[in-house]
Amino acid sequence: MEAMDQGASESTTESSHWPSRWSDIEKILNRTGPLSMPEFEEGKLPAVQKDCNILVIGAGGLGCELLKNLAMMGFINISVIDMDTIDLSNLNRQFLFREKDIGRPKAQVAAEFINNRVPGVKVTPYYAKIEDFDAEFYKEFSIIVCGLDAIAPRRWINRLLCSMLEYDDHEELEPETIHPLVDGGTEGFKGNARVMAPGITACIECTLSFYPPAVNFPMCTLAQTPRLPEHCIEYVKLIQWPKDKPFGETEIDGDNPEHILWIHEKSLERAAQFGIHGITYRLTQGVVKRIIPAVASTNAVIAAICANEVFKIAYSCYPNLKTYVMFNDTAGIYTDVLEPERLADCMSCSIKPRMLRFPRSATLEDVLDFLKESPQYQMSNPGATTATHEGQKTLYIPGIKSLEDQTKPNLSKTLEELGFVDGQELNVTDKTSPTGFTFKIRYE
Amino acid sequence: MASTRGKFETRSPENEKTKKYDRQLRLWGDHGQSFLENARVCLINATATGTEILKGLVLPGIGAFTIVDGNNVTGEDVGRNFFLLKHSIGSNRGSAACQQLLELNPHVRGDYIDESCETLLATNPSYFTTFSVVIATGMPESTVLQLSKLLHVANVPLLLCKSFGQIGYIRLQTPEHTIIESHPDDGFDDLRLTDPFPGLRKHVDSIDLESLSRAEHAHVPYIVILLKALDRWREKHGPTSLPTYSEKKDFESIIESLKFKHHEGDDTPHVEPLNFEEAIKARARTLRKTEIPDNVKKLFEDKECENLNPKSKPFWIMVRALRDFVAVNGTLPLRGSIPDMTSDSDSYVRLAGVYKTEADKHCEDICNRVNEILTALGKPLDIVCEPEIHILCRNSHTLDVLRTRPIFEEYERPKSNLITDSLRNNYQPEEPEIVYYVLLRAVDKFFESFKRYPGCLTHLMETDISKLKSIYSKLVQEWGIGPFPKDDLIHEMCRFGASELHTIASVVGGCAAQEVIKVVTHQYVPINNTFIFNGILCTSTTFDL
Repeated sequence: MEAMDQGASESTTESSHWPSRWSDIEKILNRTGPLSMPEFEEGKLPAVQKDCNILVIGAGGLGCELLKNLAMMGFINISVIDMDTIDLSNLNRQFLFREKDIGRPKAQVAAEFINNRVPGVKVTPYYAKIEDFDAEFYKEFSIIVCGLDAIAPRRWINRLLCSMLEYDDHEELEPETIHPLVDGGTEGFKGNARVMAPGITACIECTLSFYPPAVNFPMCTLAQTPRLPEHCIEYVKLIQWPKDKPFGETEIDGDNPEHILWIHEKSLERAAQFGIHGITYRLTQGVVKRIIPAVASTNAVIAAICANEVFKIAYSCYPNLKTYVMFNDTAGIYTDVLEPERLADCMSCSIKPRMLRFPRSATLEDVLDFLKESPQYQMSNPGATTATHEGQKTLYIPGIKSLEDQTKPNLSKTLEELGFVDGQELNVTDKTSPTGFTFKIRYE
Repeated sequence: MASTRGKFETRSPENEKTKKYDRQLRLWGDHGQSFLENARVCLINATATGTEILKGLVLPGIGAFTIVDGNNVTGEDVGRNFFLLKHSIGSNRGSAACQQLLELNPHVRGDYIDESCETLLATNPSYFTTFSVVIATGMPESTVLQLSKLLHVANVPLLLCKSFGQIGYIRLQTPEHTIIESHPDDGFDDLRLTDPFPGLRKHVDSIDLESLSRAEHAHVPYIVILLKALDRWREKHGPTSLPTYSEKKDFESIIESLKFKHHEGDDTPHVEPLNFEEAIKARARTLRKTEIPDNVKKLFEDKECENLNPKSKPFWIMVRALRDFVAVNGTLPLRGSIPDMTSDSDSYVRLAGVYKTEADKHCEDICNRVNEILTALGKPLDIVCEPEIHILCRNSHTLDVLRTRPIFEEYERPKSNLITDSLRNNYQPEEPEIVYYVLLRAVDKFFESFKRYPGCLTHLMETDISKLKSIYSKLVQEWGIGPFPKDDLIHEMCRFGASELHTIASVVGGCAAQEVIKVVTHQYVPINNTFIFNGILCTSTTFDL
């Protein structure tokens, strides 16, 4: 995936230096203080500007704020990924967009705006999904900041950053393989921000309970005993739409007013049958699109906290947030900092992949035999899978006859024939261990 | 006063403005939006903190803003303020910021006055009293005091904001702020089970559990089950008795005894009925005496409620009507909604209807009472409209009034005990936020003496540290507070050197914008009264100073 055109930026021609431009941040960066971290060095602004690449994931409510904050805090090499286009309902908070931009990719418009507004800053936009890139892409970034509105992509990037960790022969983490993640999230007047050093602090997967799963109504309530207006709308959405096919084979598009109007009407009919009140167009749209309320102010606070942490990571001028803060300003203004513990058996961050060195010509059988014979592992009959772009790929599954027969031909294939690239993970299960093993294949 | 009726009009679904504001209308509603759109705010000084606050108000659609600023844009300003451009260096700061802020939302009006706050206070002080809220940033102590006195008398809320290095500061001064919808997080269900109203009594009595089929029985709403169980309990323990925590088991066995009875030869497999499970779970939450919350009692005793006069605000007239209602009925008006629960549609809808009918009756009583009061005061009836009374009735248990201590009083008579307690009762290894409050005040004193901020010139760092330290010590002595913090923070305050970091300005900007929204919509609860944010630890505390 290539970076998109950065848009006409005058910053290259116009001088981006003027007297005292950075004088505020220089007060903190050019003078040390008792609260600086031990590794703090004075006068690092030019070096960090040159070498520090920041990736912002998401160019929505948090993303717009993050880009502004990072640019104003002296970061000049920034990339942003977002797969969305601009909608009218974004404009109450996503302040880099105007009505004329509706329909255009968020990443591109946001990058253009910042590049034009803040001289010398270069934001590179990617109108893409995070899954479109691999570790090679992500490892170019010093710090990654997320402003996402869903859990799945957070888990994806978390897993990727954890999988990029490497350990030396004493199982000690190689520090240059750590790519810190700063993550923010908001919902209405509530928000949270966290700083994560994969392999050191609790990761997203360690604290999955912080993100409660969406509540779904039981199907029997929707079908037989609706009580709330929401039940009627969900019924129309899940049962009546696929049955009536009001617009042919199309799926529901929450942004298509005709679709919402149809659902609204049918929901009203269903509600009338049961004597239920309170169905409005707004409620219908909210239920169909699962809309999460959002305001400018909460996004501003959370994104600013995230950007401040990025600044602290980049310069070590102050200690970082340890490691998670909750924010809520419905009743007064409330913050709470907590330090969740790592899960000892976390699937993402506690697996230390071990290096296995083999020539490209080695077969899968050679590798598995090694695991059986090596005094360190002494496996009995290992099975193997590996993660690829398309997802988890099964290589060999012993024990279940049908699967064994199906995967046996892989044993005689070389690693190269199986598509292994240098550093790719090999996941091994064996009845000698309740949990799996993760190895990294390194070519000799 | 203009009619308030307009603000409750329902908007058509395809309105472009409602589409744009959709995500926030789901929080504060069309009526909240209408308050916001009718508000006019004044920002004193287009600092980075100031423009970030306005951004948080212009985006959701505040009616209008005015920037009062006599300064010209400097290179430093452009370096930290996203709403000032390089080519504006040298021109008026308010004018330059106004132009960029207006771009954010075509529905908002904005202008500026090219004069300093100090000049305007001298020539036309009443100008400031025409706004819904005044937001002040980048002001020396002497100006803060003048403005605080002026706005306190005029009953105009003042929000004083500051970003100083990694420290954020917000101070709200509001002589009287009334809150109708607090939107508390704990969903409170007003079910009246301990003292059922006649409609509910009749409805529950009309249901005979024994005569129901197994399927019907499994769909009886838990409200009915709990009330039937309570009836049995009271037959034994007295007509007003409620099961205590230690009697929980006895009460649960009554609930058990109401379960569907198996008949001989019935071989339907046994399934635990969800509605009975819900009844057991809801016991502690719902079998409580319906009481008047303290915040509401406080309102009833308030002098504004006591001494109604033709100048009384609609809020107090409604509170008085509420008090009169309570005097007759003993309880607040019923909220009229019930939570979702296992039930068939018909049973649920009928039960919900019973609550709704009673609530409507209460609301009507209060509407009538409001009209009587208005007539007695010789005021037109349309200054309070029915939808407003409806909202008040639904939220009568969360009503509140906030009268913050004025800033000039805080400066004249600091709360030494509170500050000392906050210093002592800190069990964290880090210094408590109150230290930064005292330090910020010391910094202001430093400015009054030397006409510059400590640490803003690097070659004077060392002398500034010792100067600030002696000012701080003097302040601590004067106020009679202690113990001392470590010198570390005095050093860090000088390192900050009055820098306005963009990130801290944005944290303050977001928080302050939301406080303004609370003030103008009368929804949610504002701070009382001083909020300190520590960006180093990402912690914060609010103090009533």
